[in-house]
Amino acid sequence: MLRYVLRRILYAIPIALGVSLVCFSLVHLAPGDPLSAVLPETATPEQIAEIKADYGFDKPLPIQYLKWLGRALVGDLGSSIKTGRPVMQEIAPAIGNSILLALAAIVLAFCVGCGLGVLAGYVRSRAADSVVTAVAITGVSIPHYWLGMVLIVIFSVEMNLLPASGMGAPDWQHMILPAITLASIPMGIIARSIRASVIETRKQEFVQTLYAKGLPARKVFRHVAKNVAPTVMAVMGLQFAQMLGGSILVETVFAWPGTGFLMNSAIFTRDLPILQGTILVLAMLFVAMNLAVDILQMMMDPRIKRN
Amino acid sequence: MSTITTTTPAPGAAAAPVAFRRASKGFWHTVGRRLARDPITMICAVILLLIVLAALFAPWLGLDDPFKQSMARRLKPFGYQGHWLGTDELGRDMLSRLVFGARMSLFTGFVPVALATLIGGSLGVVAGYAGGRVNMIIMRCIDVFYAFPSVLLAVAISGFLGSGQVNGLVSLTLVFVPPIARISESVTTRVRNEDFVEAARATGAPTLSILFTHVLSNVLGPILVYASSLISVSIVIASGLSFLGLGVTPPNAEWGLMLSTLRQAIYVAPLTAILPGAMIFITSMCFSLMSDGLRNAMDVKV
Repeated sequence: MLRYVLRRILYAIPIALGVSLVCFSLVHLAPGDPLSAVLPETATPEQIAEIKADYGFDKPLPIQYLKWLGRALVGDLGSSIKTGRPVMQEIAPAIGNSILLALAAIVLAFCVGCGLGVLAGYVRSRAADSVVTAVAITGVSIPHYWLGMVLIVIFSVEMNLLPASGMGAPDWQHMILPAITLASIPMGIIARSIRASVIETRKQEFVQTLYAKGLPARKVFRHVAKNVAPTVMAVMGLQFAQMLGGSILVETVFAWPGTGFLMNSAIFTRDLPILQGTILVLAMLFVAMNLAVDILQMMMDPRIKRN
Repeated sequence: MSTITTTTPAPGAAAAPVAFRRASKGFWHTVGRRLARDPITMICAVILLLIVLAALFAPWLGLDDPFKQSMARRLKPFGYQGHWLGTDELGRDMLSRLVFGARMSLFTGFVPVALATLIGGSLGVVAGYAGGRVNMIIMRCIDVFYAFPSVLLAVAISGFLGSGQVNGLVSLTLVFVPPIARISESVTTRVRNEDFVEAARATGAPTLSILFTHVLSNVLGPILVYASSLISVSIVIASGLSFLGLGVTPPNAEWGLMLSTLRQAIYVAPLTAILPGAMIFITSMCFSLMSDGLRNAMDVKV
């Protein structure tokens, strides 16, 4: 098992390096030369000189990348153009808020998705299948930023029940609408894969044997659940990571002070160090989540290791 | 049930056995017949056809000028003075803007998937057929882009490139290349090891002709089905980019952009404000359902 874990980690390293290379290159995508892209128009000559030395723009690209990578590895992602504070300090609270929202959303999506999926897997009727498929297709094709607006119209404007935007202190009310909105995407995907996994597991011979020896359905379900768990975990982990990186639209609609909101304002103030830093951190979290999901899945299901 | 599945050689390429008269009408004939019998797919096709036709012929439908502003009639309700769907925050006719918006929204949703299918599909087929080192190099590069959450990658690229329609297209194309390349690589690898490809190679057929007649005809189905499922995602993300101010720029009519500018009016005219989003939803839903129908009709598992 240790060998598998090590191999998986070794495989993740080149991916992480590639991701960092893409993030590094982003600055060079910006129109104009990278120097003017990371500098405000009102920069003083001292600032220009400082940034030049900081980024090493006078050096060849591979050296620039290595320098940048070396500093990123120790948590130095430069400083914000707008506030002048280190990028890491700006990102940290935003990441926390984004994780909070994504956690709430994944718990919600898990409850609904699991309920629907297990039900459809057990009932095996066309109607149940249609419901799961409908939820899944709606979840994938609904513009969730629009769903957020519709929820605001219904619950904040018309019924005046819930706050429309922002984040209260430790206040769960502000979280309800954005969490529902964000959960709408993975809900159906989770339901669909759980349904497929439940059907597949129930077809297997050991389940037949359990029924045959007279085990009550409730106890058989425990065995089925054990076998479905690795799939559920994998899907949830990946969906959680996708939500974390893809919450920019929802956060913008609800003015939720997370990474998406931070990126959105960074785009419009052309605060490229913040933008680059946030993208790098989110992408690395995504790579790490993928790695963690793979290893956890292997620990839960020893059969995977053998292949 | 017809005996043809996607793993059998393409109808034209295979020497059709005489016994299967019915099947010899062709794979696409079977697919067409199945699609025609699927009511949901047909309804979605009709709705999409109407939207596409309206978008194409928008200038000749006798609609109001979608750019004509009027301070006096801002955010008027449905049916106000011949404005069936009311007016937006600058007094422009909503119906007209929604119809003209369809042009841009469909375009920015469809083109990235088409481009990505071309690029990602070719990369995947080459990687899958060549195997070995070529496969490794191509697929590891794809893996790197696959390691980004899709929305984040789109926002990252257009965020740095700056707003604009072309930049939006470029970033979305880059988002869709990796998944399409992955699918086509795995399908091609499977087909490459089939006996009929081996047989073609044994008869001394040149590589290019094997690729085009034997491999491509068998991998194209799954690739197209998968790509069609991305159109709805693409429409949602493309409009999302415009919603963030990263795609189409004002005063152009585009659903995502309209949704974003009408967001301020959500307390005054909630119904008008959510209208563009409803259009995005309907269109993307129809594409999703149609792709599902196509997948079932072609009997493809991706």
